[in-house]
Amino acid sequence: MQTTSPKKWVLLSWTVSAALVLPVLALLMQSFSADTVLFEHLWATVLTDYVINTLMLVALVLFFSAIFALPSAWLIAMCDFRWRKKFQWLLMLPLAMPAYVVAYIYTDLLDFSGPVQRLLRSVFQANTPIGEYWFFEVRNIYGASIMLALVLYPYLYLIARTAFLEQGAHLFQVSRTLGKSSWQSFRLVSLPLCRPAIIMGLIFIGAEALGDFATVHYFAVNTLTTAVYDSWLGHGSLSAAAKISMLMLVGVVGLLAIERWQRGRQRFYHKTSGQINRFKLNKLHSTIAVSWCVLLLLAGFIVPAMVLVDYAIHYFASGWSEQLWQVLFQSIWLALIAAVITTIFAIIFIYTARLSTTRSARLPLRASTTSYILPSTVLAIAVLIPMTMFEVGVNDWLVSLGYQAPGLFLSGTVFALIFAFVVRFQAVANGTIESSFLNISPSLDIASKTLGKTNLQTLFLVHIPLLKKGIFTALLLVFIECMKELPAALLLRPFNFDTLATYVYQFVSDEQLEQAAIAAILIILAGLYPVIRLTQTGNVTHD
Amino acid sequence: MKHGLLKCLIVLLLLPIANAWATEEVNIYSYRQPFLIDPIAAQFTKETGIEVNIIYAKSGIAEKLQREGKYSPADLVLTSDFNRLLELTEKGLTQKVSSDTLESNIPAQYRDNKSHWYALTTRARVIYASKDRVKNAGQLSYEDLASDEFKGKICVRSGKHPYNISLVASMIAHHGKAETKAWLLKVKDNLARKPQGNDRAQVKAIKEGVCDVSLGNSYYYGKMLMDEAQKPWADAVNIIFPNQADRGAHINISGVVMAKYAPNKGNAVKLMNYLSSAKAQSLYASLNMEYPVNSTVTPSEIVQSWGDYKADILPLTTVVKHQTAAYMLLDEVKFDL
Repeated sequence: MQTTSPKKWVLLSWTVSAALVLPVLALLMQSFSADTVLFEHLWATVLTDYVINTLMLVALVLFFSAIFALPSAWLIAMCDFRWRKKFQWLLMLPLAMPAYVVAYIYTDLLDFSGPVQRLLRSVFQANTPIGEYWFFEVRNIYGASIMLALVLYPYLYLIARTAFLEQGAHLFQVSRTLGKSSWQSFRLVSLPLCRPAIIMGLIFIGAEALGDFATVHYFAVNTLTTAVYDSWLGHGSLSAAAKISMLMLVGVVGLLAIERWQRGRQRFYHKTSGQINRFKLNKLHSTIAVSWCVLLLLAGFIVPAMVLVDYAIHYFASGWSEQLWQVLFQSIWLALIAAVITTIFAIIFIYTARLSTTRSARLPLRASTTSYILPSTVLAIAVLIPMTMFEVGVNDWLVSLGYQAPGLFLSGTVFALIFAFVVRFQAVANGTIESSFLNISPSLDIASKTLGKTNLQTLFLVHIPLLKKGIFTALLLVFIECMKELPAALLLRPFNFDTLATYVYQFVSDEQLEQAAIAAILIILAGLYPVIRLTQTGNVTHD
Repeated sequence: MKHGLLKCLIVLLLLPIANAWATEEVNIYSYRQPFLIDPIAAQFTKETGIEVNIIYAKSGIAEKLQREGKYSPADLVLTSDFNRLLELTEKGLTQKVSSDTLESNIPAQYRDNKSHWYALTTRARVIYASKDRVKNAGQLSYEDLASDEFKGKICVRSGKHPYNISLVASMIAHHGKAETKAWLLKVKDNLARKPQGNDRAQVKAIKEGVCDVSLGNSYYYGKMLMDEAQKPWADAVNIIFPNQADRGAHINISGVVMAKYAPNKGNAVKLMNYLSSAKAQSLYASLNMEYPVNSTVTPSEIVQSWGDYKADILPLTTVVKHQTAAYMLLDEVKFDL
């Protein structure tokens, strides 16, 4: 009967994840040859500052993301107030904004020479020199953290909202009847139940913050990624850069292990709880809730979007080019392919891990997640190492057989780009689909098996229909991330090839976003539909 | 079905070759930006019929070339500073190019004596000084930036940017490490704000009164004057060529090398020749306000209006030897922190 045994699944998982892990392994090999002199120098001078800045940055980004996301998620999931249904998807919009664009716009707006401070000066006193009045400095670690949190919080919001919805209101109401206040009930019942989901969201956000270079650099904040870039580009030591990246990776993996260990063997299987009776907010509370959502929406989306539209109109003559259609098409096509592949891989990894509880069956899932925190340019080089080794091997072999060398058939084509996207964003798909998988009770698997279905049949007949939401979410998230991805796209694209992100970047790097405003708007528009759909996927059963 | 798949694969594999046969072409990896290179390449194609394929990148080109090895499709690499030009040569990723045209177009000090690299343009690292607040700026030197007079009045981009690294390396070449470190500490002490933004952003800051002087490449002055939105920034400052009383202003170059395994060598030489020709050199001069290396081409009118200046004659090959030391000093004084 059994045509697909777990063994075959394990083998398949191992093969696929081996390919995805190759770049990280190549970097690991590189890191062993790191010269110690450079390390001693870094250690003696700037490394401590970098480590402190990095820890602070990650902590602050997580803190601000939680502040932005959790109250919103809870309000939308559990309370009833004006425009709740609209805010539900509106609050996701910042996800479509590339961080480098938001960073650029806000520094421009809030700098000493920006319109906001100019307005303040002209209102209060003409010609006030710098330092004569207090205004917060944008270009520091707090500014960078808030910017990153503004575009990253939707991850946490999305996950937490779904988790709140799934836990339903019953437990919360039980807690209230037992005499706890709403805050106590939130803290003691709702939050702990959502812990795995919240942690998952925070991990995504933390990893993004850790690997970010463009935004922090723009804000004049030096973190460990600065050390990675300095070692590589300044000292010409890819090995030292690889070593620092690896140390960062070890740190993250360590933290994850602690979290897993502490969470222990808790599992929650949710039963769809049917209709949720949302708390009706009184007028005051409703106003507060609405104001909160509006503020967040203004800061994370409306203000930057308005600035972009303003730029686009003013610079339309020089900013518009026919070529943009092709660039848009190419970007969407690439992002779609990468999203589909990543999602299929994620299903394979997670299903394997479900079929067999052995360590070896779980390994591919974990291993394929590791490259998420690598700074993206370093990842691009890491992708090139094994890929070009393979190509050179094939070329040499064909030449030795008397054929013409085919050239760089992988790294010289869009294959390199798609592969890099998949390697980088596998973690996003893994995380999203895994959490949906966890919600499916194992008794269903057993039932299916008892009915004589093979593993493959079970996957298609039982799991995939139940996973629809998770799969769709993974597809959309990876798609949006690929649309925004920049450093790997810059280095790995073929000749005469642009994505919207690289197109925007060529102007941003010259501090002339104005000229690329139309392309930036296209990135956002392409992300809008997925972003809106993201929130709707959660509503089928709950609204 | 299986045969169909196989055929598809073969076609995919052979596609790059088919392309290579189809047209006359030349492939470029470029650190220089599209706004500058695209028009020059288009002009070249128009005149010769040779297609120019370009990958623009900000970092990692040397690494990419190294990994691709002998199957690399790259013919030429264009860089925006000397360090990267020399990096390619020193890693053995380039080849010798002998061309009478190049030799007659480019003066000897602007090309490799082993004929691996050729400079295409030069630019000075200048001081921008507020017209209103800095008097007698004409005599300024890089060393003056360390004086107490400029306490809290200097703006600069990240010390680790290649343009600043090169300047610090030249300071080490002239003064030694210890003295340069003391200079860097004083300059850091004089900064009005943490190093941030690009060269133009510093001039904008001077206009807004954040600081009085800044460091920047000479061509940005011309580019700001040409840009409606940025003209007020440039109008607020004077461009000062430093150290005119002694060794002269620090200069850097942009340049070109031929990749070691260039598959379209003939076309690549044609393009190199073209880049050094009067036509392309005037494009460099007018599009990016740089100084052409070809002495038959005059700088743009705007650039000419700044007058002649004395350039530091210390060879860039000497300066570049101190690049690592410059990096380390910037870390030691925590310039960017």
